[in-house]
Amino acid sequence: MNDLDALESQSIYILREAFNRLDKIAMLWSIGKDSNVMLWLARKAFFGHVPFPVLHVDTHNKIPEMIEFRDRVAKEWNLPLIVGENTEALAAGMGPHKGRVECCTALKTEGLKALLAQHGFTGVIAGIRRDEEGTRAKERVFSPRNQSAEWDFKDQPPEFWDQFKTDFAPGTHLRIHPLLAWSELDVWRYIERENIPMVDLYFAKNGRRYRSLGCAPCTGSVASTASTVAEIIEELETTKISERSGRAQDKESEDAFERLRAGGYM
Amino acid sequence: MSNTATALKAIPEVSVSHTASPMKIVVVGHVDHGKSTLVGRILNETGALPEGKVEYLREVCDKRGMPFEWAFVMDALQAERDQGITIDTAQIRFKTEARPYVIIDAPGHKEFLKNMVSGAASAEAAVLVIDAHEGVQEQSRRHGYLLHLLGLRQIAVAVNKMDLVNFSESRFEEVKAEIVAYLNSIGVEPTYVVPVAARSGANIATKSVETPWYQGPSVLGALDMFEPAKPATDLALRFPVQDVYKFDERRIIAGRIESGRLKVGDTLVFAPSGKMAKVATIETWGNVAAAVSAGAGQSVGITLDEQIFVERGNVASLEHHVPHQSHDLKARVFWLGRGPLKVGSRYKLKLATAEHVVDVVAIERVIDVEDLANHQGTEVARNAVAEVVFRGKSPIAHDSFIDNPRLGRFVLVEGYDIVGGGVIAEASSEDARNRSTHVTEVPHKVDAETRSIANGHRGGVVWLTGLSGAGKSTIAMEVERQLFLKGWQVTVLDGDNVRTGLCGDLGFSDADRAENIRRVGEVAHLFADAGMVVVTSFISPFRADREKVRAINPDAFHEVHVATGLNECERRDPKGLYKKARSGEISYFTGVSSAYEAPALPELTLATEGKSVDESVADLLRYIDKAFSLSAREQANGWGL
Repeated sequence: MNDLDALESQSIYILREAFNRLDKIAMLWSIGKDSNVMLWLARKAFFGHVPFPVLHVDTHNKIPEMIEFRDRVAKEWNLPLIVGENTEALAAGMGPHKGRVECCTALKTEGLKALLAQHGFTGVIAGIRRDEEGTRAKERVFSPRNQSAEWDFKDQPPEFWDQFKTDFAPGTHLRIHPLLAWSELDVWRYIERENIPMVDLYFAKNGRRYRSLGCAPCTGSVASTASTVAEIIEELETTKISERSGRAQDKESEDAFERLRAGGYM
Repeated sequence: MSNTATALKAIPEVSVSHTASPMKIVVVGHVDHGKSTLVGRILNETGALPEGKVEYLREVCDKRGMPFEWAFVMDALQAERDQGITIDTAQIRFKTEARPYVIIDAPGHKEFLKNMVSGAASAEAAVLVIDAHEGVQEQSRRHGYLLHLLGLRQIAVAVNKMDLVNFSESRFEEVKAEIVAYLNSIGVEPTYVVPVAARSGANIATKSVETPWYQGPSVLGALDMFEPAKPATDLALRFPVQDVYKFDERRIIAGRIESGRLKVGDTLVFAPSGKMAKVATIETWGNVAAAVSAGAGQSVGITLDEQIFVERGNVASLEHHVPHQSHDLKARVFWLGRGPLKVGSRYKLKLATAEHVVDVVAIERVIDVEDLANHQGTEVARNAVAEVVFRGKSPIAHDSFIDNPRLGRFVLVEGYDIVGGGVIAEASSEDARNRSTHVTEVPHKVDAETRSIANGHRGGVVWLTGLSGAGKSTIAMEVERQLFLKGWQVTVLDGDNVRTGLCGDLGFSDADRAENIRRVGEVAHLFADAGMVVVTSFISPFRADREKVRAINPDAFHEVHVATGLNECERRDPKGLYKKARSGEISYFTGVSSAYEAPALPELTLATEGKSVDESVADLLRYIDKAFSLSAREQANGWGL
C-alpha cells in the first residue's frame, strides 16, 4: 500500500465505525476541498451510497460559486442534503463587521448547533485535518462534545489502536474526523488520483487562487499561477505559506482559533 | 509460466507511486525534560515550519516577556503555553532526505498519561528524552515500560540539556548507563543514545562541535536509521467484520483486513460460529477494476457464496490458521481509569471490532515500573501496569500479542469511558479437540421429572457462600443429616473435601480459586441432574465465579449467603486459619489478603450472628422445603392420579 491507499483505507474504516456505532449521524459539507474528498471517501466506504444526511450550514456569506457547486453535485450524486442557517442572527444583521470571531460563532457554530439539535444527531463527521492548525493537531478522531457542543481539550478520551470512544452519556455527541491524518498535499494528490470534482475557485485566475474556502468577506485569495490540480500539487510541494493564512478570523488574537474551537467551531 | 497464469492475476496493491507512508515517531519522557523543545527544533531544522511561524512565536514570547520558546511550536493551546507543559498529544509532519515523518509529541505529566498512551500507541518508533542534569526520572521509566508494552521495539534516547552540564562526556555516560540498564531489563535495546541540547540545536540535525567525544549520529540521523514497520501481510489472515451492508441486492461484509491476505475463492471460517463460506467477490466502487485479492491494511467489502449469518465482531480467517478462542484471557494491562481495576469488576472489552463483557477473575501481579518489582494485590491503581486474567461470558477470538498484535490487543470500557488497554500475554484455546468438535451429548433415558416424582423433591444446588468461619460447613452438614432422615436424596460438597481429590492440583491464587469453583459447579450440577439436592460449602469469594455456576442451570441454582462479619469469623477461627493468615503464614486468605464479594441478590441470607446453629439450620431447611418439594398436586399429577 502506498501512503494514499493507507490514508484512504483508514478514513473508510473511521467512516464505517461512525456509521455502525452511532445512532444518528450526519456529514458536514463545507464544499471545500477537504469535505469534497470526505464525501468521496464516504461513497467509497458505502459502495456508492451516502447513508446519512449531508449538512451545509449557510452563512449567506459564501462565495456564490460554492453554492452553485453544492447544488449541482448534490443533484448529480443524489445526496441527502440538508441546508441550515442561523435565521435569527441573519435577520438581526450579524456579519463580520460585528467582529469576525462573533460572526463565526453566531453563523457557523450556533447555526450548526441549532441544526444538530433540530435533527437530534448524535454525531457529525467533519473534515478537519491536524496539519491545518495547532489546536486541530490535538484533536481525536472521535471527539466528544458536551450538550453545548463545547470541546474539553484538557480532558480528551484516550484513543489508541483505532479503538474509539463510541459510548457516551445522553446529551453529549461526537465529532468524527476521518481526515485528521491527511495533509493538504495528500488531499490534492488524492483529488488528482481519483479525479474528484472541485470548485473552480481553487484554480488560479489572473495570478490568484483560493487555498482555503470560507465566507467571502473573511477568505482571501493567494498569489498563485497554479491552474490545474497538478500545478497545485507542485506549488504545495515547495510553499512555506500556511494554508489558513487567508483566513482573517484566526488572527484576531493569539488564541482566537482555540476559543472558536472550544466553543464548538469546526 | 504458462498461459493459464493469466486467468487470475492479483492487482498489485502498490500502485506506481514514489511516496512512502510517513514513519510515525513518538517523543516521550519525563515532564520538563524538553520534549516539546526537541520537537520544535526538529521541525525548524527540517524546514517544516510555515513561513512566519517562528516570527509569530517570537512575538508571542515577547508579549509575554519571556525568552523565545521552541516548545510553543507544539504547545498550541493557551493553557499549555501559560503553564509551559504539554497537555495533549499533537501530530505534525516533517521530512528528512531519507523519508517523511509524523512526529507525535506526547505529554510527560503523570496525570496526562492517557494522552501519552494515545500518542505512543500509533507510533512505529520512539525518542525517549532524558534531562542530562536530572537524569532518569519516574516518567522516563514509566514511558519506557509503556512503549515496550505497546509493542514499540525501536527506541532512541536523547540525553537533552547537555548545555546545562557543560557537554560533559562523563555525565552523559552516567545517564546513558542508567537508562540503558533500565531499558535492557525490560527487553529493549535502544538503537542510539544521543547527547543533545535542543534549545541550541546541538546534535539535532548535524553533529555538534561541542561534543567531539560523541561518535554516533544526530537525532535526525538516528531516526533515519529506524526500520519501517513490516507489513502485516505476512501474518495469518484476520478479517474482523466491521459491518454488514445490504446495498443494491448485495449483502456486503465490510471490514479492514488486519493481517494476511484474502482472495476470491478462499474459504473463510468465521469465529466464533465456525461457519464457513467462500469469498465470491471483492466489492469496489469508483473507477477501479474489480479486485481479486486484498491484503493487510485494506478496508474492503466482500460477498460470500453462501448466505451464512455473519455479524460485526466475527473474525474471518483461513481454515488452517484460525485464531484462538477461549473464555479466559491472560493479559498485561495498563490502567487509566479514575478508580482502580478490581478483582470481580466487570468491564466491556473491545478487541478489533468485537465487544465482550468480561470479569476480572485475577490480578496475578501488579508491576512497579520504577523498579520492576512485582506486587500482589486485588486492585490496580490509575496509571499502573498489571497482569490480569479476564473471563468472558462468551469465548473470545484472539491471538497473542507476539503472534499477531492486531488481534492481540484490546481496550477496556467502564461506563462510557475507555479506562485501559492491554496486550494478550498468552493465547490459549479451550482446546477444540477436547472441547467441542467430537463431543455429542447423549440424552438420559430417565428424565428430571421422573426423578423428582420418585424422590418427592426436585434436584438442585444450594450454594453456601461466605467467609471462612462463617458457619457454612456446620450448617451444611446438619441440613444434609436432617434431609437424609426425611428420605431425601442429598449430599454436601465441601471445600476441604474436594481439595483432597478432584481439585488436589489447585492452589489458592485467584485463578486457581476460580478453577476450583468452576469444577465444583460442574460436579454440583451433575448431582442436581441426577435428582439430588446438593448443598455446597465454599467460600467462593468472587461473584463472577458464582454467576458462572448459576449460569450452568439458573433454575436449579440457589445462592445462600452465610453472612457472618469478618470480626466474628476471626473471633471464632475454628481452624486457626485467621491466626496463620495474620502472621503471614498463609499468603492468600479471603478477608485478610484477598477480596470477598458478597452476593448482590442471594436467594437467601443467613445472618448467623446472635443466632444458634439450630436456628440457621431451620431457616435453610424451611427455604429448601419450599423451593424443592413437589406440591401434593404435582405428585398426584406425576403418578397419573
